[in-house]
Amino acid sequence: MSTSHAAATTEHVEHELGFFRKYIFSLDHKIIGIQYLLTSMVMALIGGVLAMLIRLQLGFPGWRWPELQALMPGGFQNGVLKPDFYLALVTMHGTIMIFFVLTTALSGGFGNFLIPLQIGARDMAFPFMNALSYWLYPPAVVLLLAAFVVTGGAPSSGWTAYPPLSAVAQAAPGSGLGQTLWLLSLVVLILAFLFGGLNYITTVLQLRARGMSMLRLPLTIWAMFITALLMLLSFPVLTAAVIMLLFDRLAGTSFFVPEVVVGGQLLSHTGGNPILWQHLFWFLGHPEVYVLILPPMGMVSDILAANSRKPIFGYPFMVGSMAAIGILSFLVWGHHMYTSGMHPLVGMAFMTTTLAIAVPSAVKTFNWLATLWRARIRFTPAMLFAIGFVSLFVTGGLTGVFLAQPPVDIQMHDTYFVVAHFHFVMASAAMFGVFAGVYHWFPKMFGRMLNERLGRLHFWLTFIGIYATFFPMHFLGFAGVTRRYYAYQLFERLRDVQPLNTAISIAAFGLGLAQLLFIANFVYSLFWGPRAERNPWRATTLEWQAPSPPPHGNWGAVEPEVHRWAYDYSVPGAPEDFIPQTTPAAAVAAPAHGHGGHA
Amino acid sequence: MPIPTHADERRTAAKVAALIFATVALGVAFTLYARGRWWLPPVASAHGVLIDRLFYSTLWITGAIFVLVHAFLGYLVWRHGARGDERAAHWHEHRRLELTYTLVPAVGLAVMVSMSGVVWSKIHRAPPSDAMVVEVRGEQFAWQFRYPGPDGRFGRTDPKLIDPRRNPWGLDPADPAAADDLVTRDLHLVVDRPVRVRVRARDVIHSFFVAEFRVKQDAVPGMTVETWFVPTKTGVYEIACAELCGVGHYVMRGRVIVEGPDAFQAWLGQQKPALPPAR
Repeated sequence: MSTSHAAATTEHVEHELGFFRKYIFSLDHKIIGIQYLLTSMVMALIGGVLAMLIRLQLGFPGWRWPELQALMPGGFQNGVLKPDFYLALVTMHGTIMIFFVLTTALSGGFGNFLIPLQIGARDMAFPFMNALSYWLYPPAVVLLLAAFVVTGGAPSSGWTAYPPLSAVAQAAPGSGLGQTLWLLSLVVLILAFLFGGLNYITTVLQLRARGMSMLRLPLTIWAMFITALLMLLSFPVLTAAVIMLLFDRLAGTSFFVPEVVVGGQLLSHTGGNPILWQHLFWFLGHPEVYVLILPPMGMVSDILAANSRKPIFGYPFMVGSMAAIGILSFLVWGHHMYTSGMHPLVGMAFMTTTLAIAVPSAVKTFNWLATLWRARIRFTPAMLFAIGFVSLFVTGGLTGVFLAQPPVDIQMHDTYFVVAHFHFVMASAAMFGVFAGVYHWFPKMFGRMLNERLGRLHFWLTFIGIYATFFPMHFLGFAGVTRRYYAYQLFERLRDVQPLNTAISIAAFGLGLAQLLFIANFVYSLFWGPRAERNPWRATTLEWQAPSPPPHGNWGAVEPEVHRWAYDYSVPGAPEDFIPQTTPAAAVAAPAHGHGGHA
Repeated sequence: MPIPTHADERRTAAKVAALIFATVALGVAFTLYARGRWWLPPVASAHGVLIDRLFYSTLWITGAIFVLVHAFLGYLVWRHGARGDERAAHWHEHRRLELTYTLVPAVGLAVMVSMSGVVWSKIHRAPPSDAMVVEVRGEQFAWQFRYPGPDGRFGRTDPKLIDPRRNPWGLDPADPAAADDLVTRDLHLVVDRPVRVRVRARDVIHSFFVAEFRVKQDAVPGMTVETWFVPTKTGVYEIACAELCGVGHYVMRGRVIVEGPDAFQAWLGQQKPALPPAR
């Protein structure tokens, strides 16, 4: 068997590299993926702490926290969190979580680690460009976090950075140097995404192992491939918009700023249109939420199949629905702008496309359920998070049906209903995808097993914490509680909001604390976890045929050859309940040969 | 090589299923509780009734799907936990089933598109000719309102003419229509009389939001966006700013007073033209 042979010769082809070349400035896609993942985890910690501070203010407005003031003197006054700092927290939390955690962890982390391994390649098509992609990420982080310490502080215009607020330094404390740094940081990070995306597309198209036709690809790869296309087509639009906004800020142009009077002073801008930014921003912004949700869809499909011991249900429909989502994602951006003053007919068109995208989403959900039908489920932590993903995706997807309808959106737009909606569907669900992925592929990444018991506990606390935190927010939205408010005391109508906000904050703190379990498990298992075998989950896909962890070059001397699709689980008559993709047809008929992959 | 299949996989299945069932049950229970406490404020406009109807039909449909899908997910988890060495079904294709659950949602969503489309076009049809007209302008961090005065016409404005103290609205003294324009701190409306609201902004984007009216319209500098509605209940309502506009976003509160025609005329009569008399 070719794979057994490959395993035997593994040690001979590994290059001798120094520590720096091997683990820091590595060209190895696996190291780069792990670097992306670890950096994203650090950023998630920062973004999470910001969320806790947001909840501190909303749950306990006016309370004094002298200890926190000692840590963050700029953000507090007399121990009370300041309104401008609150807006900076909101802006940076959103920016970090969307661009610097979820995009980087899913596409950068799992994309890099899994694409070559699952298609049977030795590395990415352009390893140097891949390393460059990762090494643009830390400078982007530095630029972004530097915004906290410059005069005026971090930007306070939200992650959407609508001008003129974001364009005019006088408009908000954070709209000075902080906003400029934010924009520059995005330019650098987008460059990283483009290098990555270009690489993924080329790699999937060009470097698939012999026999790995496109329709034999695991759904994870389809998801990463479509995601890379979305990134490549939508991020440049944001780059253009960001550079135009930089020009408005620094060079006196007026792309987005009309004649305005800010703080009693007439500015020199004239003739710009703030709505133009919204169109350009959401032309990226909406594909971006699919950049965050497609990779988990793919990963969850593979994890559900492996732990159900069943083929994924409706593979062609799964691929088709992801392609449909990918295409439609470019045609729905206007649903963020129903109340912007856009022509009502345009709103009608965007409602149609937005509700249309619910069809492929529904198909995926039903296919996941059909995969569980008559399965034999193994409740690994990865599987628990995959099941949790389905639940969160359904809940968040359904609230999208409210927001897709412009008349209902009039009431819900920019309220906590929207906050609840996207925290379910693209934040929590995507985060569940990341967790499921880590629990599933950790053994392959590091050659050690995570602790299952801690993993299950982590799932329980996180699942309950997510619902306890975000479900009640829907009702705040019904009541007309607007987003991005520092406090609600001024409004007569919102007097009764406080008890609910306090309860949500307590749930959020619990949710935050539960994540420490994950970090502890991750760090402990990295060094002291039990050694992982080659294929601990008895899965079919190629990465499980490589050693854990795979060496540089992945496959030793002989590259794997693919003979079947990625989902041969519980095939009647086969000796075991899974058949690796490398197993030739003859091997199944003659059980005496066994199967490759168990060195 | 044995895999780590737990002997207690069936028990875990029951626990996870219970978790899913409990989530749905608590979700429904909390919704019923929230109904009496954190819910849509009572509607106070004509088109708001249509929006609410759409909202409730969406709530029923999505609520039912939420419960059914979760109940099914819980059932599958509970029913299909691993049992010893028993194998799962090798079943991964059923074209008719898949087409069914592609087409049924598609038809359902098409119905929803048309229902919403009807309401949306009703909201955006041309306002009646007897509608009163008022301008709302957002600025950091307050709302101001302008009435056209006895001539029924708004005077020309220009940001260049804005003087925070003497001419906050930037009215053009050269335009005769501007002479009788009234600028007020509160928005007064007449009950059951359609009103066209011209929404504007002075500095950054704001959003004119009155929850009871089911009205939200962004105020975009450089643009005048018109929306119209019919207030149907007398009373005092709060205007919130729904688009992040800076540090004082959360204090940007305005007042709408919906009153009878007589009270409105009496109030309007007390207002003085905004432009200082010609020098």
